[in-house]
Amino acid sequence: MGINKKTQSCLAGIALMVWSRMALAAWEFNFQSPATKAAQTVIDLHNLMMIIIVVIFIGVFAVMFYSVFKHRKSRGHQAAQFHDNTMVEIAWTVVPLLILVAMAWPATKALLNMRDTSQADITIKATGYQWKWGYDYLKGEGEGIKFMSLTTTPADQIRGTAAKGGNYLLEVDRHVVVPVGKKIRMLTTATDVIHSWWVPALAVKQDAIPGYVRDTWFKAEKEGIFRGQCAELCGKDHAFMPIVVEVVSAEKYSQWVGEQKKQMAAAADEGGKTYSLNELMSRGEKVYAANCVACHQANGKGLPPAFPALDGSKLAKGPKKDHIAIVLNGKPNTAMAAYGGQLGDGDIAAVVTYERNAWGNKTGDMVQPADIQAARK
Amino acid sequence: MNQQASRYFVPNPSHYPLVGSAALFLLASGAVLWMNKIGAGPYVVLTGFAVLLFMLFGWFGRVIDESEGGKYNRQVDVSFRWGMSWFIFSEVMFFAAFFGALFYVRVLSVPDLASAEQQLLWPDFKAVWPSAGPKFAEQFTPMGAAGIPLINTLLLLSSGATLTWAHWGLLAGKRGQLKIGLMLTIALGLLFLSLQVYEYVHAYQELNLKLTTGVYGSTFFMLTGFHGLHVTIGATMLLVIFFRVMAGHFKPDHHFAFEAVAWYWHFVDVVWLFLFVVVYWL
Amino acid sequence: MEATHVHGAGHAHGDDHSHHPKGIMRWITTTNHKDIGTMYLWFSFAMFMVGGAMALIIRAELFQPGLQYVEPEFFNQMITLHGLIMVFGAIMPAFVGFANWMIPMMIGAPDMAFARMNNWSFWLLPPAGILLTASMFVPGGAAGTGWTLYPPLSIQMGIGMDMAIFAVHILGMSSIMGSINIVTTILNLRAPGMTLMRMPMFCWTWLITGYLLIAVMPVLAGAVTMILTDRHFGTSFFSAAGGGDPVLFQHIFWFFGHPEVYIIALPAFGVVSHVIPAFARKPLFGYTSMVYAIASIALISFIVWAHHMYVVGMPVAGQLYFMYATILIAVPTGVKVFNWVATMWRGSMTFETPMLFALGFLFLFTIGGFTGLVLSNTAVDVQLQDTYYVVAHFHYVMVAGALFSAFAAVYYWLPKWTGHMYDETLGKWHFWLSLISFNIAFFPQHFLGLAGMPRRIPDYALQFTDFNQVSTFGAFGFGLSQLLFLYVVLKTIRGGEKAAAKPWEGATGLEWTLPSPAPYHTFEEPPVLSEAKGHA
Ligand code: HEA
Ligand code: HEA
Ligand code: HEC
Ligand code: CUA
Ligand SMILES: [Cu+2]
Repeated sequence: MGINKKTQSCLAGIALMVWSRMALAAWEFNFQSPATKAAQTVIDLHNLMMIIIVVIFIGVFAVMFYSVFKHRKSRGHQAAQFHDNTMVEIAWTVVPLLILVAMAWPATKALLNMRDTSQADITIKATGYQWKWGYDYLKGEGEGIKFMSLTTTPADQIRGTAAKGGNYLLEVDRHVVVPVGKKIRMLTTATDVIHSWWVPALAVKQDAIPGYVRDTWFKAEKEGIFRGQCAELCGKDHAFMPIVVEVVSAEKYSQWVGEQKKQMAAAADEGGKTYSLNELMSRGEKVYAANCVACHQANGKGLPPAFPALDGSKLAKGPKKDHIAIVLNGKPNTAMAAYGGQLGDGDIAAVVTYERNAWGNKTGDMVQPADIQAARK
Repeated sequence: MNQQASRYFVPNPSHYPLVGSAALFLLASGAVLWMNKIGAGPYVVLTGFAVLLFMLFGWFGRVIDESEGGKYNRQVDVSFRWGMSWFIFSEVMFFAAFFGALFYVRVLSVPDLASAEQQLLWPDFKAVWPSAGPKFAEQFTPMGAAGIPLINTLLLLSSGATLTWAHWGLLAGKRGQLKIGLMLTIALGLLFLSLQVYEYVHAYQELNLKLTTGVYGSTFFMLTGFHGLHVTIGATMLLVIFFRVMAGHFKPDHHFAFEAVAWYWHFVDVVWLFLFVVVYWL
Repeated sequence: MEATHVHGAGHAHGDDHSHHPKGIMRWITTTNHKDIGTMYLWFSFAMFMVGGAMALIIRAELFQPGLQYVEPEFFNQMITLHGLIMVFGAIMPAFVGFANWMIPMMIGAPDMAFARMNNWSFWLLPPAGILLTASMFVPGGAAGTGWTLYPPLSIQMGIGMDMAIFAVHILGMSSIMGSINIVTTILNLRAPGMTLMRMPMFCWTWLITGYLLIAVMPVLAGAVTMILTDRHFGTSFFSAAGGGDPVLFQHIFWFFGHPEVYIIALPAFGVVSHVIPAFARKPLFGYTSMVYAIASIALISFIVWAHHMYVVGMPVAGQLYFMYATILIAVPTGVKVFNWVATMWRGSMTFETPMLFALGFLFLFTIGGFTGLVLSNTAVDVQLQDTYYVVAHFHYVMVAGALFSAFAAVYYWLPKWTGHMYDETLGKWHFWLSLISFNIAFFPQHFLGLAGMPRRIPDYALQFTDFNQVSTFGAFGFGLSQLLFLYVVLKTIRGGEKAAAKPWEGATGLEWTLPSPAPYHTFEEPPVLSEAKGHA
């Protein structure tokens, strides 16, 4: 054969490279390992369908390839001229129909179970925002807990100027904590566009539709951290709004609830407080970084024309009232959301103050939580 | 080749299609500019409209010449019949989208918004139709069925009758009946339109019922508006037919253009009946 | 893709056709179905290149995790335009092109029923194409909503969205006029003696496709009109605050969208139903059941739309209904697959390029159909909706399905169009390269989807890296292979072995009774069908 030494070693090299790459890599090719019965059911159903499908596929194409090899002209095969056979036609209409019915049966059972959200132990509402999730614990242990959950993957990892961390794109600042073995009913809704709350290991995916509440449920069988992503295109940062559910033991959960309650109490009574400009600025910078940079950018220059600059903006340098109003109420039919429902008085006061003093906007104005409280009326 | 003798007719090359495309391109880009309040939007739209009119005049003028020149044989006639039927079918489906939207909001979304599930978001919303949705704060009065809509229904129904009467005239060779029938039909159509304009003004000024009045206003004005647009188109086509009649066109056994417009008019009629029942009445 | 103007070969005709404009004006003003077919095909190929270039941008960005080449906004615009351009600009016009070229010749008609309107149907495409592609360059860029244009995201978009909406309107007009033309031609211009049940299968598929198009394109027009008024005139169709519902749009869109996928698939079925019998040298098996199968696919396709919306939160009864209805489609589609296999059974087969592409179609389309079946299972779809599994599914049915079938059609009819045989060796290379690179590009996407990679993201978690790299590799290979196709076609137009009137031994049908290249005007007098001549 004509393959010389050089080509041979070259091929061997490539093969080795490919192989070592394959050995190192994840090559995830199937469902994530299930953490709920429903997820296991989906896997079973999928396996069942795969078996049926593969068998039919092999059957059909075995016939075809047999024919392709045996009934070819080059082997001198003469064409038969038949072109109809009612019995065969009926058979291959009815048999697939029966197979399909057989497939629909377990699917129906699984689905009825997956959609039964009654008798939940805990009800949590997930609200999709561009581009983060907010959670409200509405019923059951932990009722009243409320927080935002934002991606923590740093921009330099995304931009490739820093090495990518272990849970790249799948990490958030605050996990949704739930107890193991309890039926959790998830309500989903959104404020701006459609998002979708999806955690593969739990086999829950439910679109979050602005103006409507939809529901689904899960009951985690094991403790652990399960990661998912927003699954409906929701604009620019659709890829960057992960979901992290942390399933813990009942005791750990109670403990977590206690901590949250304490923190919330501390945050609640700030309406009457006044802060110094420095306090407001440093807090405002954080709020800005968490909520506003996605559109208005860290340097305040925005991404015109879609997202206006705040640096030098007439609103940010004009009367405080209008500035507060747009942050509280947003602007309908644009990406600018109403932050009144998302952020507390303190945070809004801080971020408005920040915007009025950061970059070139050196207005020197201060906005206090009380101003926001007043503006809300 | 003698076209009349041959079974087939193939028209000569024509530049009108390209003109038509240019018109639509102008209309579309002008509308984009206009809606976004950029530059010369309205003028571009106007230009597009002018070009479109030019194209329609030229194109249909040619078709009329060919028809009167006896180039359309039985085969072409049947083609036209198929073509017009399918076109009307497509129009039916266009309205179906809006009727579908109306049924959907009435049967599904408005009741759903008031359901127990949605209490979380819209605590005191009640599902009553007509509804402008949970966030709509103003007062408005829905459009009743009695009064103008009822009159309009009668107008359109009788216009269907006068048109059929005109058709009988054409078939029987009674040109006078044909002309009077057509005139009556057009007059009834225009009366319908004027009453609709009056109704709209009334809605905006006295009932505070606008396009922006939630989903009721949206479906009401879009459905009746598109219907009104179709009446306008139909009336324009009737007018063209009328002029052709005056010019001595059409024979008892060869008048597809007349029939096509009549079909269209009846289609517009039927749409109105549906509208009257589901938009105004129920 | 016929380039020479062969005037009057074999047919006498008089003054009415003798003053044709020459040069560019010939193409602009033409009423000839062959010219118009040619323009459709070239337009479609150009759009395929544009849409394909966008796909390569998408795949390049997805080669590695992180953002490398494009910003997320731009990425979203690319997927939107890629989807719209491929569906409306590449695949649909390609099959309209085939219909224009072949249907009159297959049924013995001189031209399309409305030859002038036919020209307009075509010339509406470039303005729409311009609106779509130009929207990339306006402030705010093109619509970044995905080809499904879901509100409220589409309400947020800028000017590019309005341009897309009007482009859809114009495309819709073009499709409706084109379909009315095709349907009328088939119903009214068949040669005497060619009954409906004796007409070639390609005509049947187009008759039904035309019907589907006329039924659903207006619905899409209505849907985007509602978006337009929601955007600019304060209506509340898709806003809960005003009593509307964002999901309403999805219902209307998919009422169009699902039949749309069969609009893409049915003419492809038609082509394959000609190619397989021709190269198996054996009549199509089960002609009658094929016709019924197409009709049932079309009818069922109207009542299954919400299988794209399993996770919007519809009542469980709705989910069950749509699941049952959807899986039903597997039955008539299966009938077609079985009939094709039975056509090959005990034939006398050869494997020229058209046959290879038809077999590739059959094999890969069936895979795509099976994954569709997996998706139709609501419980499973909860895990797969909006993942790469869906992307894999629809590229199997649309690229390996419709596109491969279009390639089969081009190779099969190229001799009739140009009068030359294409280069068989290069054709085979094109097939094998396409087949292999296609699978490298799209098979791994099944795995990505199962493992949980969402679609429509410019950046992904690290565990998805490997298969994405394989996929990108395949996609570039597939793109390059298409340049070979262009070369083969150009070469055939410019010269090559003379093609006989019937270059394929097993081909049947009226089109093969005409000389190659087919004269500019054919069948000015209706051909006489002898009783013995059956359907194709
Ligand atoms: C040419 C286009 C085409 C075709 C033909 C199909 C065919 C089918 N499709 Fe597909 N589909 C798309 C194009 C197409 N699809 C597109 C573009 C999308 C995504 C849109 C978007 O979101 O952007 C989509 C998405 C899509 C979804 C939504 C997924 C999701 O978003 O969650 C579903 C779910 O049910 C589905 C199902 C099916 C089914 C059941 C078929 C069936 O018709 C397949 C039937 C065929 C077979 C089954 C194989 C042959 C049969 C046999 C050999 C018989 C024996 C078989 C058995 C008894 C099992 N498709
Ligand atoms: C029939 C329609 C059709 C066709 C033919 C294709 C063809 C291709 N598609 Fe597309 N695709 C869709 C319809 C289609 N697609 C739809 C509807 C969507 C959904 C959009 C949405 O989410 O809204 C989609 C989405 C989609 C995605 C998912 C995007 C996302 O969700 O983020 C991807 C990713 O890989 C992809 C890839 C490809 C590739 C690689 C090809 C290849 O087959 C293309 C091959 C062709 C070429 C490459 C062009 C020819 C060659 C050149 C231009 C020369 C230059 C070449 C080189 C230098 C190599 N497509
Ligand atoms: C999803 C994108 C997005 C996010 C996140 C966002 N904004 Fe905006 N913002 C916009 C858009 C779009 C506008 C322009 C609205 C318009 O068309 O007038 C805007 C306008 C503004 C304006 C008025 C600017 C002007 O000159 O008109 C202010 C002030 C503002 N935003 C503050 C904020 C603050 C504070 C936050 C965070 C708490 C924030 N924005 C987060 C998109 C966003
Ligand atoms: Cu939120 Cu995608
Ligand atoms: Cu579908």
